[in-house]
Amino acid sequence: MSINNSNTLSRINSPKTTYQYDQFDKNFIRERVAEFREQVRRRLDGSLTEEEFRPFRLMNGLYLQLHAYMLRVAIPYGTLTSQQMRRLAEIADRWDKGYGHFTTRQNLQYNWPKLIDTPDILEALAEVDMHAIQTSGNCIRNVTADHFAGVAADEIEDPRPTAEFLRQWSSAHPEFSFLPRKFKIAITGATHDRAATLAHDIGLRLVQNASGDIGYCVIIGGGLGRSPFIGKIIREYVPRAALLAYLEAIMRVYNRYGRRDNKYKARIKILVHEKGIETIRAAVEKEFAAMDHTAFQQDTQEFERVAASFAPPPYETLPSESSKLTKARLETPAFDHFVSVNVSKHKIAGYAIVTVSLKPINGIPGDATSHQMCVLADACDRFGFGELRVSHEQNIILPHVKKDDLYTLWQTLDAADLATANAGLVSDIISCPGLDYCSLATARSIPIAQAISLRFSDMARQRRIGKLGIKISGCINACGHHHIGAIGVLGLEKKGQESYQITLGGDPGFSASIGEILGPGVSADQVPEVIEHLVDFYLAERQENEAFIDTWRRLGHARFKDVLRREGEDGADI
Amino acid sequence: MTKFKHPQILLASNLKDGEVVFLGHNGWERDFRHARIAKSQEEAQILETIGKTDYSANIIVDVYLTDVEITDDGAPRPLHYREKMRIKGPSVRHDLGKQARGAPDEH
Ligand code: HEM
Ligand code: SF4
Repeated sequence: MSINNSNTLSRINSPKTTYQYDQFDKNFIRERVAEFREQVRRRLDGSLTEEEFRPFRLMNGLYLQLHAYMLRVAIPYGTLTSQQMRRLAEIADRWDKGYGHFTTRQNLQYNWPKLIDTPDILEALAEVDMHAIQTSGNCIRNVTADHFAGVAADEIEDPRPTAEFLRQWSSAHPEFSFLPRKFKIAITGATHDRAATLAHDIGLRLVQNASGDIGYCVIIGGGLGRSPFIGKIIREYVPRAALLAYLEAIMRVYNRYGRRDNKYKARIKILVHEKGIETIRAAVEKEFAAMDHTAFQQDTQEFERVAASFAPPPYETLPSESSKLTKARLETPAFDHFVSVNVSKHKIAGYAIVTVSLKPINGIPGDATSHQMCVLADACDRFGFGELRVSHEQNIILPHVKKDDLYTLWQTLDAADLATANAGLVSDIISCPGLDYCSLATARSIPIAQAISLRFSDMARQRRIGKLGIKISGCINACGHHHIGAIGVLGLEKKGQESYQITLGGDPGFSASIGEILGPGVSADQVPEVIEHLVDFYLAERQENEAFIDTWRRLGHARFKDVLRREGEDGADI
Repeated sequence: MTKFKHPQILLASNLKDGEVVFLGHNGWERDFRHARIAKSQEEAQILETIGKTDYSANIIVDVYLTDVEITDDGAPRPLHYREKMRIKGPSVRHDLGKQARGAPDEH
């Protein structure tokens, strides 16, 4: 039962700027769908018990949540074609409730699929080279990457070829299908870390060595969850030809020594923490030296093959400034704000990167309706070579828009409630689904995000505050990245009530840090007020061009704690 | 089984579509107001036994008892906020879940 209407087909002339599945990939995905269809059939007729079926369901991204099943669809390194986006919208309409949730893992979650429909949904995904494999379970998960990959002005090299190379290596790899715990890899090729590489099991940074060769700085042992750790550099430089061999050496060491006795101590971050980075480095180097490298001899050629599919789109030669843009900015202040906040520098003259915020004031962070998905698909066909990105901040990126087209694009987005000019600002909040959907949650997180964004709904005030990352999780699993939010909010249960713990000083970038707890938990109602006091204090104390996190670092945690103590004494009841 | 302190209802997820269901007097109900309320340890055990049987019969999954109080109109009202969410639907989308079909809009 597949969807096949002409709407789904991308424009014939849309260029291939991203990896195209070959016959091997296509067959593999289709076989998996057929296999899962059979497993669902056997579950429904009772041949499989829930215990037997559960691992199969999870291997295909299907969870059971509070109100329904949930299907997590992989969006490798956050890259989507317009055709794929349209298909996601069609699935939302046909088998779900008309929307989807983009996550911090650059994936998409459907909140209402039925078990009986899931094989058809997976088939509809397979038709556009998508799937839900390895979005759950103790395997190497979807590799995430800088959402500005390939277009950022500060880039050493596009990380997507490496991410795709890793996707192929890690997909259904028999040695890594039953790891002690899930395993997440993130990669950046830029001088700013937009991929939170220090908060992943493995973080990779493309670097150039003294002789100009490009290789990888390898970081291990980062992670969030109940025990957060910032990753540590295990090797400053691994040449490209040795990347897979080196990663395989890490995986083997982890597979051998990672704790399988306790799920909470099973991540590689705990191994690195308990044994120390020196011991792990020595073990990895020993494994790397001893292993048979013949299997890796084709790696360089294979990498080149993959890299070739990421050809740049046919950019036009344009002047770097657009008079059309300048004029529109002068005439339309709302558009001017959008450009200064949501538009970033592109490496090609005359082009820009556009961040489409999925965080309207009082909205649900990361949610997009099927209509909005179609608007985005059409917009990128018209203005952006048919390509989109999902960012870990739960926004959508149009990576290549001509400066001349920005105003028309903005109008199109605005008509679909997609033009909120808040990228990176205080209302661009990362939030996990929390207790509104998630069965592991201890408290709600979405209503907290909504209340904060309402509190700061004055956009001029938001711009005055500047870059400020608020991140919210509904339980200690930290899917909403609260540990690395300049302001983090963690929902807990205290005496049968939802209670929120606030942390300050988290940072997802190259200067990564884990936030420190501000004080006792507060109620849901109090969160926006507490945050407002902190922000006001920052505004009063900040030096020129100083971001919240930098003021916090300069003044120290105690000064911020004092703010609340004082407010409490003033009778503000915090 | 933990000590019986409050009335209880048995809830689960329907295998085929994942919707939250409640054990009623004639099988599984989609509206919690039709849930059968156990008022003693023995009654709760009966519910649990039926739950186990239907789990083995592949009708429902994730089945468990939850504490409730009984409201004036005789309907059960979960004591914990998690189950209060489950009988209604997401608190941020009143147009979805059971509440969209007319379950009471009260926590
Ligand atoms: C709704 C179903 C979900 C379940 C059952 C779930 C489960 C978990 C668990 C158990 C952990 C902790 C892992 C550990 O500490 O070893 C975790 C971490 C994490 N999850 Fe989720 N999660 C869910 C949804 C999400 C969503 C919606 C996102 C993205 C918005 C997400 C992104 C992450 C991230 C970024 C982490 C922390 C990084 C790390 O693995 O250390 N998860 N999740
Ligand atoms: S942090 Fe907790 S509540 Fe939020 S999605 Fe993850 S597991 Fe669910």
